[in-house]
Amino acid sequence: MSKFKRKKKKDEVRISTASLPDIVFMLLFFFMVVTVIRQKEIMVKIHLPQATEVTKLEDPRKTDHIYIGPPRNTRQQNAAAVIQINDKFVKKERVAASIAKDKGETVALQVDKGVTMGVVTDVKLEMRKAERLKVHYIAHQENRE
Amino acid sequence: MFKQKKQRESKEINAGSMADIAFLLLIFFLVTTTINAEKGIRVKLPPFVPEPVSEDINDRNVLSIKINKLNQVLVEGKSSNVMALREMTKEFIMNPDNRQDMPSQPTSAIVSIQNDRATSYEVYIQAYNEIKGAYNELWDEMAREKYGHEYETLPKDMKQKIQDQIPLVISEAEPTEY
Repeated sequence: MSKFKRKKKKDEVRISTASLPDIVFMLLFFFMVVTVIRQKEIMVKIHLPQATEVTKLEDPRKTDHIYIGPPRNTRQQNAAAVIQINDKFVKKERVAASIAKDKGETVALQVDKGVTMGVVTDVKLEMRKAERLKVHYIAHQENRE
Repeated sequence: MFKQKKQRESKEINAGSMADIAFLLLIFFLVTTTINAEKGIRVKLPPFVPEPVSEDINDRNVLSIKINKLNQVLVEGKSSNVMALREMTKEFIMNPDNRQDMPSQPTSAIVSIQNDRATSYEVYIQAYNEIKGAYNELWDEMAREKYGHEYETLPKDMKQKIQDQIPLVISEAEPTEY
């Protein structure tokens, strides 16, 4: 009798791992769907401003990013702000040309809070010339109250 | 006999490594993923026109906000600060006391913002945020009054109706340069 009992106990300990791939695949698909692959290296220093009236980007995959701030690879204090579009530096006058395609899609403006409005105004004018009129001023969510 | 048996065996694929492959992919996506969606203030720029036409607008309908190169704020000619903008804008748009220097109805209200080329972006965003916030609060108040719900939860056509009554008009003048 005691022999049988022991055998039963051993059987119960085994856990089936057959469904493990399914579980992992489920997780995998979840991450594949929510993922936004970070393919850009930001080459400017950006401290975003804070704002309360912020909304999410509608379609992060389709938006173009413009980064404005002092360049990262300099030791100089108060270096002049540079403009980076997607993954390369662009001169002020060339902004319109480099974002002219994909009309109608949103442009996310990530601007360092220390930058002066002169540069931002110039970029805005270029965007209007390129008919990229939907703009998101990226900011950190600020909670008041 | 033997041949047939061999064929049947070869049809089986070993699925033991499936989990490993899936884990590898999973870890890749875990590392590259950025869930934190970026947020920002949504703005629609006016289309580009080579020579802007100046329209004649009654002065009572315009709330003029000016920010100079030292980030000081001037509202309707009086010195103010950024944090007071929200209340001032709300009062200006709705004009609860029927003042003569404020618009007779919200539909004719225009908020004009002008900055200097040396104004800091942070202050500009703060000012813009306060103006946008004023409109959002007014829309929310109207939504609660009319439909009993928060503005954000309303369907699109109701939002549009509210926006028709209190249209968001922010005009940005050419920046000054000193």
